[in-house]
Amino acid sequence: MMLYLRLFYEFFKTGLFAVGGGMATIPFLYNLSDATGWFSRNDLANLIAVGESTPGPIGVNMATYVGYVTGAEHGTLSAILGAVTATLGLITPSVIVILIISMILSAFRESKIVNNAFYALRPASTGLISAAGLSVIVSNLFFAEQGLTPSCINWKGWILAIILWLLTNKVKATKTWHPIIFIGISALVGILFAM
Amino acid sequence: MWDLFWTFAKVGVMTFGGGYAMLPILQREVVENKHFATEEELMDYFAIGQCTPGVIAVNTATFIGKKHKGTLGAIFATLGVVFPSLIIIMLLAGVIEAFSHIAWVQHAFGGIRVCVCVLILNAVVKLGKKSIVDTATLIIFLLVAVGSFFTSISPVIFVVLAASAGIILKSIGGKRA
Repeated sequence: MMLYLRLFYEFFKTGLFAVGGGMATIPFLYNLSDATGWFSRNDLANLIAVGESTPGPIGVNMATYVGYVTGAEHGTLSAILGAVTATLGLITPSVIVILIISMILSAFRESKIVNNAFYALRPASTGLISAAGLSVIVSNLFFAEQGLTPSCINWKGWILAIILWLLTNKVKATKTWHPIIFIGISALVGILFAM
Repeated sequence: MWDLFWTFAKVGVMTFGGGYAMLPILQREVVENKHFATEEELMDYFAIGQCTPGVIAVNTATFIGKKHKGTLGAIFATLGVVFPSLIIIMLLAGVIEAFSHIAWVQHAFGGIRVCVCVLILNAVVKLGKKSIVDTATLIIFLLVAVGSFFTSISPVIFVVLAASAGIILKSIGGKRA
């Protein structure tokens, strides 16, 4: 029971404070991995991959996944309950906030205070996502647990990362492809080169 | 009511890769097929959904549900949009857990994690272009990024501080001008 309450609470908090869509939940999940040990930092990257490459909003997918995996230690029924609890936790603040805003829609849109708050909230949210992203990069492209020496750099990973960056930013023909295609290609490359 | 639920479940299934991919699907299903909202309303809801807390898709669904059928409509639309995720992820999570010890599956995820790094980088660059508009926002971005990377302070604190900073900064600036 405690586990479900905790899941609901943690994802309620995420839903209430993550501003800017699914990606904005990543810093909260990162924080959650440190605070609860429900999943490791490496699991987090897998989570993001699953969230991106399955149908549905990324944030919801990741919440469902964390809930499922966390509950799964106590059997399948707990896993399903965990998935449902985490998802409901994530969406409850949205429903409450949006219901309130929809009642005061025009006042909300013209409010100076709201606009001023978001002026600073947007870069802050970007900052949070950058920090979490940097942590994911450090734990995947460097094997940081062995200390930062040249031998700990994941060279295969860097080569793949640079190629992917070029394909998603510089090559006109591939730049507009959906992320799921790059995730698929990366999975194949991972298998071929034993990454 | 169920019409709202199933329409948004359909939107949920067809959304791949998050909120922004959802807009054209919403336009087709919600505006053109079902007439739950007009094009302008949808754009308004989507814009507000982006700057309010939570997942954009969920926020937009709640808005449209509320407008069309009141509070209960909001709940049905929201449950609809998350329903496919719940089912698909639960099925998939079991499969992933069962196969995760196999070497080639681990290698596949090794490759996928590299891809995730690049995808996050791209998302950050895109968000940065939109959110960092002047020196003040650049400083806020840097402070939060560095603070969050080197400490274990909860993101909640940064969000609350940033919102307050925005209100204070802007009201001081406003008086001067």
